Amino acid sequence: MSADRREWPLYEVFVRGKRGLNHVHVGSLHAPDDAMALRHARDVYTRRNEGVSIWVVRTDAITASSPDEKDPLFAPNGDKVYRHPTFYEIPENVPHM
Amino acid sequence: MTTTPAEPELQERLQAGFDATIARNDRIEPRDWMPDDYRRTLVRQIAQHAHSEIIGMQPEGAWIGRAPSLRRKAILLAKVQDEAGHGLYLYSACETLGVSRIELTELLLAGRQKYSSIFNYPTLSYADVGTIGWLVDGAAICNQVPLCRTSYGPYGRAMIRICKEESFHQRQGYELLMTMMRGTDAQRAMVQESVDRFWWPSLMMFGPPDGESPNSARSMAWGVKRNSNDELRQRFVDMTVPQADALGVTLPDPDLRWNEERGHHDFGDPDWAELAAVIRGDGPCNAERLRHRRTAHEDGAWVREAASAFASRSAEVAASASAGPSGGAGAR
Amino acid sequence: MNDDHGSVFDGLIGGDSAQWAFGTDFEDPLAGVDTTVPDGVDHAELAAYCLMLGDDALIMSQRLSEWCSRAPDLEEDIALANIALDLLGQARLLLARAAAADPVVVPALPEGSPVPAEDALAFFRDAGQFGNVRLAEVANGDFAHVIVRLLLFSVSRLALLERLRASIDTVLAHVAAKGVKELTYHRDWAARWFLTLAGGTEESRRRLVTALGDLWPYQPELVATHPVELSLARAGVGVDPATTRAEVDGILDQVFAMSGVARPDRPPLEGEGGRTGRHGTHTEALSGLLAEMQVVARAHPSGRW
Repeated sequence: MSADRREWPLYEVFVRGKRGLNHVHVGSLHAPDDAMALRHARDVYTRRNEGVSIWVVRTDAITASSPDEKDPLFAPNGDKVYRHPTFYEIPENVPHM
Repeated sequence: MTTTPAEPELQERLQAGFDATIARNDRIEPRDWMPDDYRRTLVRQIAQHAHSEIIGMQPEGAWIGRAPSLRRKAILLAKVQDEAGHGLYLYSACETLGVSRIELTELLLAGRQKYSSIFNYPTLSYADVGTIGWLVDGAAICNQVPLCRTSYGPYGRAMIRICKEESFHQRQGYELLMTMMRGTDAQRAMVQESVDRFWWPSLMMFGPPDGESPNSARSMAWGVKRNSNDELRQRFVDMTVPQADALGVTLPDPDLRWNEERGHHDFGDPDWAELAAVIRGDGPCNAERLRHRRTAHEDGAWVREAASAFASRSAEVAASASAGPSGGAGAR
Repeated sequence: MNDDHGSVFDGLIGGDSAQWAFGTDFEDPLAGVDTTVPDGVDHAELAAYCLMLGDDALIMSQRLSEWCSRAPDLEEDIALANIALDLLGQARLLLARAAAADPVVVPALPEGSPVPAEDALAFFRDAGQFGNVRLAEVANGDFAHVIVRLLLFSVSRLALLERLRASIDTVLAHVAAKGVKELTYHRDWAARWFLTLAGGTEESRRRLVTALGDLWPYQPELVATHPVELSLARAGVGVDPATTRAEVDGILDQVFAMSGVARPDRPPLEGEGGRTGRHGTHTEALSGLLAEMQVVARAHPSGRW
């Protein structure tokens, strides 16, 4: 719970650029909830272009296949689209240019 | 669970698959297996790039309030806003590697991840807004265009979006300087003074010379990086010299001249000791830039927390469906 | 030349300008709009009216843009900049309209100065010549402060612009129609954040209520009537803000009710001898704001930007 409070969840954004086209994935953003995610998506990804249609969906609500899922090795994490367990902690006092 | 091959054999197979993808010049996508070092290099590079966009809002943002015409104010505000957007795209790309934006922000604030050294130089006149667009964004474009073809899919896609917008940034900068050069003597002097200050730091943006860039070779082998520091620096100088001529400013390098034999311009060495000092944290504005970012982050904590609390409460209200429709998620 | 950067430099000469914020393009934002002042309309009054509405937008935009790089998160930074850009766009059209209606309002600059009228008005008038409401100029506070200020401002301005779409002045009708779309979003954004802060944490609610109390005395000025407004309303050019009062009150009460926040009962901020922002009598905050906003432009009265 406290971790959830620290960061808003990630959302994936899909935009229909004009009538007759599919919604296309354009990127992601953070928002506290669905309604705010829609507002953010409009601000961030459409430059408030009137008339386009936007979908937002929480990233953790997406079920994805793995490109290699024929390989049973990958089945166990086949339902997580974004979190990867490896977080690389950068040691202190190391220049990174 | 299925039986897994012995660890070394598995490792070899995964590595071979990864190598084959890179060799085909194909993209690595978030859920593909990748070597730990590749992931680490990407996180470092993308995070540094994202931080640069966000910290880079400050030197120019400081002039939004003082922009000398309403049109310039609109242009500058839109530009600095784009930088927030670019930072956001890049943090998102980084998140596909399993690191959250807030973690990256905290690493930046702790001084454990870097951003481009150029933003530790001060902006001292309105001409700097133009010079940053022309030289700094010009250098950034040289660095970034090849990254549209970087081997990591989400990074490349973010870069394509960013590069499209960066061309506007450079355009507005150059156009501002051109306009000022047609203005008063004081304005022309302001432009030249600004170019004199930003020329060398712009050249440093490409990083140390190839021989002293420890990570470059590996990044290039992985297709994370596509050109060497020195190649990109040369490309930048070659394209900037005619632009400076057209503008009517001089570039402050006595060694700068066309080399017919090489088909490129020769130019002097930037002060690498200065670059090292700025990277170390001893540049003119390092402390100030981080302090500004930290203040914004800390001042915003209660807002982010409030929005999360409101969202969970709304979700609870929605879940207990029988509650009155206009009781209001926010009502206490 | 290498393909890599060849394509990028196309941006220097061409490119689709529609993707950029209004007014950041290299063309005249007023191009194509009929700027003739309708027969029988008092030019001086029209100019004064355009300056009031334009100054509201300009000064709000200036305060909002101070948030740039300081917002609670990147998404909010971008949203605030969008709102500031919208208002700046409105301000430019309105100041240019004021100058076209009555060139006398434009401050004199040195012979041959290339400074356009909209900039002469923005950068070379003193505080006493600005006609904005005082709500727009007060110094920024915390995020709750900007949300409350924007809510109060956008609820009134939207109600006003909706009516102004019917103006017999083509330019005002044009500005209003464009502004309605923008203000609808600003109001929605501010109201949504108002609810969020009210229903968030103890801390956010406390800050919200404080900001509302601090800013409430400035609210009545938004729906008060200046003689110029009344006169132009009768001529079919302008809108008397008093006619929006019921709608404005209704919307604010709805937001207060949904968020469980009481409508403050603090009295309106007094003017001086009946003079308020609309008459050019401001708070101390405005001259400080202008000192920053005008410093570069005033140092180069013949400058080209």
